[in-house]
Amino acid sequence: MFSWDLLANAVVAGLLLGGFYAAVSLGIGLVFGLLDIANIAQPAFLILGAYAAYVMNESFGADPILIGILFTPVFYLVGAVVYRVYYGSFERRGDEALRGLVFFFGILFILEVSLSLKFGVDYRLVQAPYIGKSFEVAGVGIAFRYLIPCVVGVAMTGLLYLFLGRTFYGRAIMAVSQDQAALRLMGADPIHIKTVAFGVGIAAASLAGALLITIAPVVPSTDRDYIGRMFAITVLGGMGSIGGTLVAGVILGVTESLMSTFFGPSWAPAVSFGILLLVLAVRPAGLFGR
Amino acid sequence: MTRTIGPLVVGAAVILAGIGVAGLKLNPYVYFAGYVILQYVVIATAWNILGGYAGYVNFGTPAFFAMGAYTSVFLILSVKAPLPVLILAGGLVAALLGLGIGYLTLRLRGTFFSIATLALAVVLQTVIVNWEFVGGSRGLSIIRPRGAPFGNYVVFLFAVMTAMAVVAVLVARFIERSWIGRGLAALRDNEEAAECMGVPTLRLKLFATTVSGFLLGIAGAPFPYYVTFVDPSSTFALDYAVNALAMPMIGGTTSWLGPVVGAVLLATAQQLATVTISSELNLLIVGVVLVAFVVVAPEGLIGLARRMRGR
Repeated sequence: MFSWDLLANAVVAGLLLGGFYAAVSLGIGLVFGLLDIANIAQPAFLILGAYAAYVMNESFGADPILIGILFTPVFYLVGAVVYRVYYGSFERRGDEALRGLVFFFGILFILEVSLSLKFGVDYRLVQAPYIGKSFEVAGVGIAFRYLIPCVVGVAMTGLLYLFLGRTFYGRAIMAVSQDQAALRLMGADPIHIKTVAFGVGIAAASLAGALLITIAPVVPSTDRDYIGRMFAITVLGGMGSIGGTLVAGVILGVTESLMSTFFGPSWAPAVSFGILLLVLAVRPAGLFGR
Repeated sequence: MTRTIGPLVVGAAVILAGIGVAGLKLNPYVYFAGYVILQYVVIATAWNILGGYAGYVNFGTPAFFAMGAYTSVFLILSVKAPLPVLILAGGLVAALLGLGIGYLTLRLRGTFFSIATLALAVVLQTVIVNWEFVGGSRGLSIIRPRGAPFGNYVVFLFAVMTAMAVVAVLVARFIERSWIGRGLAALRDNEEAAECMGVPTLRLKLFATTVSGFLLGIAGAPFPYYVTFVDPSSTFALDYAVNALAMPMIGGTTSWLGPVVGAVLLATAQQLATVTISSELNLLIVGVVLVAFVVVAPEGLIGLARRMRGR
């Protein structure tokens, strides 16, 4: 059952989803793409951000995205602490490859199970005036609950791009990803720089979590769907390329949207992992890889 | 000669003991819980052949386990195959999958390999969810064959799982003590250096992934008869991935004894916790224990014991 109308709607929905996917993947692009820290637990912080937005929205009726922005300093500190533990236990001993990976996997599991102990396995959602409203352009419906996260996602991408290119800390993060020893010789402390980068990465994930719960209801196990998406986007975009993250997010969003429109939503989870396996097998450097 | 015969005798004795316990007609719960503990001995040992010996972390344990389980479901539904055929077929299908991920290691090392195995589990789960013949997302009920030995099918499966656990441990022990284990240890420490020294790294990795896959498959093959209801969310459960990692990590990854100790301790604790506390809380405990062990005692219990004796 094919129609041009359906196709146009699917492509637009995919483009909007893509902007949001970019926001989801910025943090892991920073942490994994630039710093080479395989933080499998990143999606759990996304869901934690979503539940923070849910709790504050439920108790005070505050706007979920505003809460997301206000909570970023808290998550920045959480991220900084996690990185310090990781550094002290694994990176300093040169043991990060195997045990560091297991460490993050354990964190992912602990966060997910804790959330389901606290909130149960019911779907949670937020209330905001724009959720449920939409407008139409030439027969294509655009819902605000997709449009606003997309705009915020693109803005986050732009801000991170400026942060990395224009500020001292941003440039230092780029430097630490290229040559840690050289940065030390320049008089900067690589561990401090990495702590900042990891904190920013976790904060970005938590803000993306607020966008996530604006788009759709969330359960604690939602994080599993995003493991694949995050890593697929980071690898497809080229490790650590911020512009590449946006392009890859849009590619994934459109592909998933087309897949669920024409083959059914139950196939959508396989798209990101399919892309990931394909990219890893064919071009591990990604689209914009160095 | 005695060095190979000794373990075989011990193994045979354990299997006989298992059959003896099966004949005792204890409280049925003992067999029910015992089956799960022994299943985890197989899973942890199988994971450790790739993860502990070769240093390739597999997050996709549920994929292999489910391959065994769903091969059984398919064969039960289509030809009503007997249990030995199910176990062999489940093992072979999972071994083929293992061979496949073995070839992935040509291009993917470290983190990328681990993420790819996770990807594999999700892709396979999606395929099963969309495959109506084996139950799709709703799952389906499996009827156990009538007239089992020991008068009860779960007791019979307990005896079968005892034998499989012994086989898995003997295989792991054999690999560890032979040149294969030394080759794997060499490539775990430095793959390029091992290759340069003439270690056939690709063949060894393919061997490790295939054997590991086979053992994970046979652990999953009797699962449909054990639970009698199979659905994708319980067969592809993340619990298997976490437990398969946590058990060898807690016991110690460098010897065959580590996963066995880890599996017996952790699985027994989980069985007790599920009854006395709650199943969610016991998963939380597994996660916390796992993180605590990788941070504080990276060599596991076996490593701790060795250090104590050394002093």
